[in-house]
Amino acid sequence: MLHNGLGVMPAIELRGVTKSWPGTVAVDDVSFTVDEGSFVVLLGPSGCGKSTTLRMIAGLEDVSEGAVLINDEDMTAATPAERRVSMVFQSYAIFPHLNVRENILFGLKVRKVSAAEQTKRLDHVAGLVGLTELLERKPAQLSGGQRQRVALARAIIAENPICLMDEPLSNLDAKLRHEMRIELRALQRRLGMTVVYVTHDQTEAMSMADHVILMREGCIEQNGTPGELYDTPATTFTASFIGTPPMNLIALTSVQGGAVVAGTDRMVVADTRGENRILGIRPEHIILTIASQARSRGKTGLKGVPARVSSCDYLGADTIVEAICGDQQVLVRVPGRCALGDGDDIGLTWSNEDVHVFDAESGQLVPDAEPLSVAA
Amino acid sequence: MTSARNIKNQIYGWLLLTPAAILLITFTHYPAFATLAQSFFSTGTVTRPSKFIGLDNYRFMLEDQVFWKVVENNIWYAVGTIPASIAIALLMAVWVNEKLPLRGLVRMSYFTPTILPMIAVANIWLFFYTPEIGLLDQVGALFGFPSHNWLGDTNTVLACIIVITIWKEAGFFMIFYLAALQTLPPELEEAAKLEGASRWTFFRRVTFPLLMPTTLFVLINAVINSFKLVDQLFILTKGGPDNASSLLLYYIYENAFSFFDPNYASTLTVVLLLALAVIAIGQFVILDKRIHYR
Repeated sequence: MLHNGLGVMPAIELRGVTKSWPGTVAVDDVSFTVDEGSFVVLLGPSGCGKSTTLRMIAGLEDVSEGAVLINDEDMTAATPAERRVSMVFQSYAIFPHLNVRENILFGLKVRKVSAAEQTKRLDHVAGLVGLTELLERKPAQLSGGQRQRVALARAIIAENPICLMDEPLSNLDAKLRHEMRIELRALQRRLGMTVVYVTHDQTEAMSMADHVILMREGCIEQNGTPGELYDTPATTFTASFIGTPPMNLIALTSVQGGAVVAGTDRMVVADTRGENRILGIRPEHIILTIASQARSRGKTGLKGVPARVSSCDYLGADTIVEAICGDQQVLVRVPGRCALGDGDDIGLTWSNEDVHVFDAESGQLVPDAEPLSVAA
Repeated sequence: MTSARNIKNQIYGWLLLTPAAILLITFTHYPAFATLAQSFFSTGTVTRPSKFIGLDNYRFMLEDQVFWKVVENNIWYAVGTIPASIAIALLMAVWVNEKLPLRGLVRMSYFTPTILPMIAVANIWLFFYTPEIGLLDQVGALFGFPSHNWLGDTNTVLACIIVITIWKEAGFFMIFYLAALQTLPPELEEAAKLEGASRWTFFRRVTFPLLMPTTLFVLINAVINSFKLVDQLFILTKGGPDNASSLLLYYIYENAFSFFDPNYASTLTVVLLLALAVIAIGQFVILDKRIHYR
């Protein structure tokens, strides 16, 4: 059993878990641990197996191969009830014929918890999620956000240390989703719950998670903190999935002594070993020089790799400039509004520590590649 | 100008309504009123023409021993068929809603009795009930039971009819329950499972309450059918022996077409309709408040 340095126990551990149906493998040999009290997000595009993984932890789906351990105990064959985990469903799974009170108390009544205890816990939980005034309402009389809270209250009242959430915020509008994100995170910290949270929304993952497990086609693509996934993506998939807009992935062409952006002649990587390299750089790490300013200082003033603006997308705080560099498309984040028109010539510069080099065949990071800073 | 167009619109509207109205009036409204009117007249013969006799037909009905016997039979028939067919329908629906091998075949088998005409059903069951050579007696004989005239014994005949009706109706009601079950989101069951609810608890606390709208619909149909389904009597018993298996609608038929007393048959029909209306309204008023509609 592996303990991390802080002596925190893994609340959940998956060992080589596979889920296959005849003809398809939904989850393929997935292993990870979830520390007690941490917020772990399973992130990935739809159909990547993240929900199936969550359902296998809950016991709603049989495990084809491998083992699921909860609090160091093998729960692979245990029933959902024996695992003592709570779950919040995407559809909330609220019983439509029962009022809010009965919905929240459903589990306690099933387990025959004493009436006094029920009242005590209900008061506490209803206060926590702000439903005290709405206990007699039927679900049909509630807004989406309120229904979400009922589902949350039902998960919390069981006082299970582990809570599983399957895209719980995806049915809410953007503003409410943002509020609930903050609230949910605060609640998790306050109650010390271990949360495994499934989402396809990378913003949710980045803002809420202690750890993000990025999945793709049934396998784990990368497992790390949000910062690690953002700053050091292990693959082109991670690079293109995290960030809005995502990391630029620019195809390179090998030349003598290194590689250039396909269609230009400025050397950007000094590594001479590999063919088919991809250069990864975030839009905010590219510095843009504008030709019109350069021209006023003389024709040679255009710095870095030359490119041509193809469109500008003004977002308020910043502008995303889409440029064609050689035969590659590059996005650049420029603060505020910028006075560029389509077809303007620009120069792109960056510093070598912001650049990642990937292998085009495997999509893996090439750790010892030698990207060059592009300055004047 | 305006009124001219208005009239034109009126005519246009009436013309559109006319075909349906003719059919409805000819075959529904006129017969209903005619029946009500006839119930206040005596049945005419060649020598004594029909005349208005007020409530005499109803008075005669209250003194008619056969009428009361038939009402009693019908009540037992309803009590025997309605709860049993609904319970069996629900059970079958829950069963065939699960993942099971040959589910399509099982569903079809349960539904088959519904698509058979009642006359055909009665003929099939006649082979079961026939003394000596019938299936029941053949199987009974293997275990040493004596032969029994199931349909010829006043003690067993009504029960035999009830069994046939349940067999025929349950599959029909199952379809409604099955359709309702399939609209229930599977997450509800999963959420209940995580809470440790047993299947019975989930059924009692969630499935059954959510099926109540279907149950009300099925119940009203079952009640109406318990007064309406009499086709099997023509094949099996003709209401006998000694009116032991006669039902209200069959008695109405007998009066109208065997005893040639259409006015008394009209009287009985009016009573039957009133009884059904009262029951249906009562069901709605009492049950509707307790039902959760989504």
